[in-house]
Amino acid sequence: MRVALLLGLQILCSTGGEIALTHGMKATGEPARLRPRELAAFLWRATQSGWLWAGVPLLALSFYSLLVLLSWQPISFVIPASALSYVVGTIGAKYILREDVSPARWAGVVLVCAGVALVAAG
Amino acid sequence: MGHEGRIRIKTLVMILAMVLCANVGDLMLKRGMMEIGAVEISPTGLWHALLLTITNGTIWIGIFFLTGFMLSYMTVLSWADYSYVMPAGAFGYALLTLLAVVFLHETVSPRRWVGVLLICVGVLLVGQTRPRTTEVAVRREVAA
Repeated sequence: MRVALLLGLQILCSTGGEIALTHGMKATGEPARLRPRELAAFLWRATQSGWLWAGVPLLALSFYSLLVLLSWQPISFVIPASALSYVVGTIGAKYILREDVSPARWAGVVLVCAGVALVAAG
Repeated sequence: MGHEGRIRIKTLVMILAMVLCANVGDLMLKRGMMEIGAVEISPTGLWHALLLTITNGTIWIGIFFLTGFMLSYMTVLSWADYSYVMPAGAFGYALLTLLAVVFLHETVSPRRWVGVLLICVGVLLVGQTRPRTTEVAVRREVAA
């Protein structure tokens, strides 16, 4: 039971953190060119985004939950189970970030999720 | 090349950088932690491990690459969809398996090969879709 709860927390924190990060980066706007100077200015602008700082603690919490899960359960269970975050993340991308998730993209996400689970299960 | 094509190339290059940085970074962390040895879970043991970790060069190389991963991830998300970059990044798992076979001569179970195949097909499918489906904040740099 506690494994399922922590796994749920880990998945929600990692996808929530990445969605907040994506939102912050979209609000920052892309760098005009991928040159060191423009990139440095762009990354500095990104640090001014509140969404970035909402995402980072969530990602830290998801990392910490993953470490605790790994201390309870073998890696061949933990990583395949957390691969569910590909599906949860895509749902978040569609309904929160309003991205257009086409059937082809959905099919790809489901295959990737199953594939990561199989690879990590060994 | 059209606008769409440029975005696609730019996105794929950044995803490749992400995957390489993440794999090299993880590998270096693992190597560094093996140099340190098993960590004893006690206040003195953890303190000792922390001191060994922050004075280990291999660990710092790992942190350098993982920082590179985070920055390239942030950069690519400023123009590309999260639902495009996230599954495409799973290509790293497939790459790790191939590297383990080629360089470390590890044997890989049939189940794991099926997983690699599914990831590759999945990434190809996602790769076919448009990398960006939302509007991006139009914010032009004032020419310096």
